[in-house]
Amino acid sequence: MIILNNLKYTNSHEWVKVDGNNAYVGLTDYAQIHLGQIVFADLPEVDSEVKAGDQLAEVESVKAVSEVYSPVSGKVIEINEDLLDNPGNVNEDVYGSWFAVIEMIDTAELDALLGSEEYEKLCDSLNEEEA
Amino acid sequence: MKEKLLIFEMSKPGRKAYSLPKCDVPEKDLASMINPEYLRADAPNLPEVSELDAVRHYTQLSKRNHGVDSGFYPLGSCTMKYNPKVNEVIAGFDGFSKLHPYQDESSAQGSLELMYSLSEMLSEITGMDQVSLQPAAGAHGELAGLMIIKAYHRNRNDHRRIKIIVPDSAHGTNPASSAVAGFEIVEVKSNADGGIDIESLKRAMNDEVAGLMLTNPNTLGLFDKNITEIADIVHDAGGLLYYDGANLNAVMGIARPGDMGFDVAHVNLHKTFSTPHGGGGPGSGPVGVKESLIPFLPYPVVSMKDQKYYLDYDRPLSIGKIKSFYGNFSVMVKAYAYILSMGSEGLKTVSETAVLNANYIAAKLKDVYYVPYDRICMHECVLSGAWQMKSGVSTLDIAKRLLDFGYHPPTIYFPLIVHEALMVEPTECESLETLDEFIEVMRTIAHEAETDPGMVKNSPYTTVVSRLDEVQAARKPVLRWNKDTNQEA
Amino acid sequence: MSRYLGITKSDRDYMLKEIGVKSMRSLFSDVPEQVYLDRELNIPPALSEMELVAKMKSMSEKNLDLDHYTCFLGAGAYDHFIPAAIGQLLSRQEFFTAYTPYQPEISQGTLQSIFEYQTMICELTGMEVSNASMYDGATALTEAAIMASEAMKRKEILVAGSVHPESRKILKTYAQFRDLKITEVRSEEGTIDQEDLRNKLNDNTAALLIQSPNFFGIIEDLASAGEIVHQNKSLFIVSADPISLAILKSPGELGADIVVGEGQALGNPLSFGGPYLGFFAAKEKWMRKLPGRIVGQTKDKEGIRGFVLTLQTREQHIRREKATSNICSNQGLNALAAAMYMTFLGKEGLREVAGLSAQKAHYAYGQLLNTGKFTPIFNKPFFKEFAVKSEQPVEGLNSKLLNEHIIGGYSLVRDYPGIDGGWLISVTEKRTKDEIDKFVRKAAE
Repeated sequence: MIILNNLKYTNSHEWVKVDGNNAYVGLTDYAQIHLGQIVFADLPEVDSEVKAGDQLAEVESVKAVSEVYSPVSGKVIEINEDLLDNPGNVNEDVYGSWFAVIEMIDTAELDALLGSEEYEKLCDSLNEEEA
Repeated sequence: MKEKLLIFEMSKPGRKAYSLPKCDVPEKDLASMINPEYLRADAPNLPEVSELDAVRHYTQLSKRNHGVDSGFYPLGSCTMKYNPKVNEVIAGFDGFSKLHPYQDESSAQGSLELMYSLSEMLSEITGMDQVSLQPAAGAHGELAGLMIIKAYHRNRNDHRRIKIIVPDSAHGTNPASSAVAGFEIVEVKSNADGGIDIESLKRAMNDEVAGLMLTNPNTLGLFDKNITEIADIVHDAGGLLYYDGANLNAVMGIARPGDMGFDVAHVNLHKTFSTPHGGGGPGSGPVGVKESLIPFLPYPVVSMKDQKYYLDYDRPLSIGKIKSFYGNFSVMVKAYAYILSMGSEGLKTVSETAVLNANYIAAKLKDVYYVPYDRICMHECVLSGAWQMKSGVSTLDIAKRLLDFGYHPPTIYFPLIVHEALMVEPTECESLETLDEFIEVMRTIAHEAETDPGMVKNSPYTTVVSRLDEVQAARKPVLRWNKDTNQEA
Repeated sequence: MSRYLGITKSDRDYMLKEIGVKSMRSLFSDVPEQVYLDRELNIPPALSEMELVAKMKSMSEKNLDLDHYTCFLGAGAYDHFIPAAIGQLLSRQEFFTAYTPYQPEISQGTLQSIFEYQTMICELTGMEVSNASMYDGATALTEAAIMASEAMKRKEILVAGSVHPESRKILKTYAQFRDLKITEVRSEEGTIDQEDLRNKLNDNTAALLIQSPNFFGIIEDLASAGEIVHQNKSLFIVSADPISLAILKSPGELGADIVVGEGQALGNPLSFGGPYLGFFAAKEKWMRKLPGRIVGQTKDKEGIRGFVLTLQTREQHIRREKATSNICSNQGLNALAAAMYMTFLGKEGLREVAGLSAQKAHYAYGQLLNTGKFTPIFNKPFFKEFAVKSEQPVEGLNSKLLNEHIIGGYSLVRDYPGIDGGWLISVTEKRTKDEIDKFVRKAAE
């Protein structure tokens, strides 16, 4: 399982890559492994407003649906349309497969997110529980 | 294995599989009767085959299916019992099958009598006071029942009750039906015995709760011992109890939902009452209620006055109509014939034997398959493939391997609260020899999982297709035939 | 012991011992004493097969069936011809004793037949995707309304007053339990009043539901209605008679977003109202919003074509309370009958059935008017069903005909209080000229 150092994470297994005021949001490797083969991604509309914790997108495997929550508040300024045709990219390149770019209204929200070490601990404890 | 052609791929212009009489009335140009701009230029592209081609096509398709008559079908929660042949003959009688739903009541007295009498019998079996036969399936019965619960509270001017409690082990239709009936769903956890957790239930109950939906025996195949206490808790807080009749086959003549404290109950004629599942339907899901809820039943209600049966539409408090006409009538005919064939004693023996068979299977398999709730079960037993997972063999693999032995596998990955669940419902119809053979095969597979896991994981080997790529099916959906998709395939 | 059970007394004793309990009663030890039934069910004792058949036969003979009575009644359920081969093939146990194709490797028969059914429904309706069928035409229409409301995030549905009364009633039942407003659009001369439609469309209108041929048998001007609806960015949902689609332009060609309908006419016996099937098809855009089961094509490990249930994440067993519908089954055997019917009749046969029905209905209409006892109610093009005004009360007229072994038409005043004396007559390809002539003669007496 891969966890990148330069990203922020959420308890619900999203990653955030910060680029100035913009946040790229995707699902983590942990999430990808647990969901299995992704068959469909339902993306938000460009220009829609989201609050931190709101549902941002939805991914489907053959037998499960999972929500992708927005880690930050702001406006969706871009979506990764490539995922609509190739949802399997989430499985193949999980940290390259962002779902949406959010123009943040409050970058202070980032402070509440997990760093890579904290997130790794979370995943370890979850993996232990399962075992 | 050779691919089976689609009917469209067998078509050739000029072939036909029908004959119709010549037009015997003075013929007019279609365009003179119907505005030409409404008329279609080209006929829809339907098949063009000879009668023998068509007959062979469907015969070949049928051979690519497994039915109850083909072999053991222990699909948990679905009660795949034998579908008596005579019931099919009876439902095909001209007097039942060649009857228009809007015929005058005087010309359909036999049908109305049958419906009236079947409702009464179902009331007796479930301990309800009146039953409507209108719902077309179990999920439809649930929906009707939930609408009745809502209408009941509304009629008391209690508009605050917007929630339905559903246990986490429930069938997916329970929360889905609640949502369609406009309720919010509150999920409560199961306790260590697989029953509903009393403390969680107490915490969840308040004056916003319209009712509780429960399957008893529950989806783990266990009878909830606390049922009367549960009923009291719900009733004391002003809620109603809904009985999901999916598992009624365990308790006929033994315990009635009405006596357990349930206010509304649906039954599945296609499970408990032997009507065929038809490859996914038609079913029939009659819904029964206690006295105080009778006014809310869907209309029309079959009633009797002066020895004449009639359809009563004058039901001012009724939730309304939920299905065209009166429900799936010919399914009712078969269920009625079944009840008459079994009689009161027979129905009780059905449930006893169904429970006996399930416990026998569990007893004979629990040393090789993990049994998460190891106690006497009802008509189905829930095993787990957890031990086999250690060698990488999943429940899905076990299910697929069973296909090679000529069995339909048990229900898998349900209930959701059991890891790697395998839910086995043998039904009362099977002989001891059939059960023993199945047990032997399950033991063989458990052994294979240990000694040759790769072989199990690659199964099945004997079916017309091997495991199908469901990921591709969902990523690039091909939902109909056309020339292009054919070339791709 | 019942013939439907497989366990003997000695088997039972052996099995109880293996389980490790003493008696049958101890298998039910979880059932509390106070709910354990201490009496026999009040159900009659078991009948033998002979007794059962005799009893059921005599019950069925209290009904007047359509082999002995000539049917001119339609109103949503139609007496079309069903080729004998269909009944024979449907009774193959591999079809009717199977359940939902959960295990595709041993369910290719069911799955492929549904895939073919979906294709045929798309061909008839002019739509791009179809589900595996629903309970009936009326519930399919209601499901379409709910789907439209969810998809468009709008809370009002317009429904034409010329839609089947049962469908409108069922729609209202469902709507009253969720936040969905139903508004009826008036009929003018038997078809939708376009002016009223324009007035009632608003920002909150998710869809218009319209039926064609409508309840009065009249072909609606779908193209115009669709255009008006689309100007409002609402969905255009059409309920259609599948037989009519062999000769009428498909709703898809006329702008429909969703097409549903009652599929009984496709090879399913009348059976006093059920089981039938509802078909449900839509533009590809709505593929992931469709209620019900859908079958898709794929390949197995060796690259062989096969079929599976697909897009299952829409459904209740996965999405639970967030599912687009609570439906769990389809009308499998009825959909199979429909697919067989469309196969046996085929491209030319379905056109012939539709053509014959239209010819005979128009002949009957003309003959009824010629008697001078019946007058037209609407002057609009119809397909196989039409309304006339009777000078005698419809009830008496129908009972007079019943004495002549004829099942007369539907009394419209039941649902349309304004159409006193309205008599809705359906004529299919099964009716001969002699039958029609006798019907007309007796009706006019």
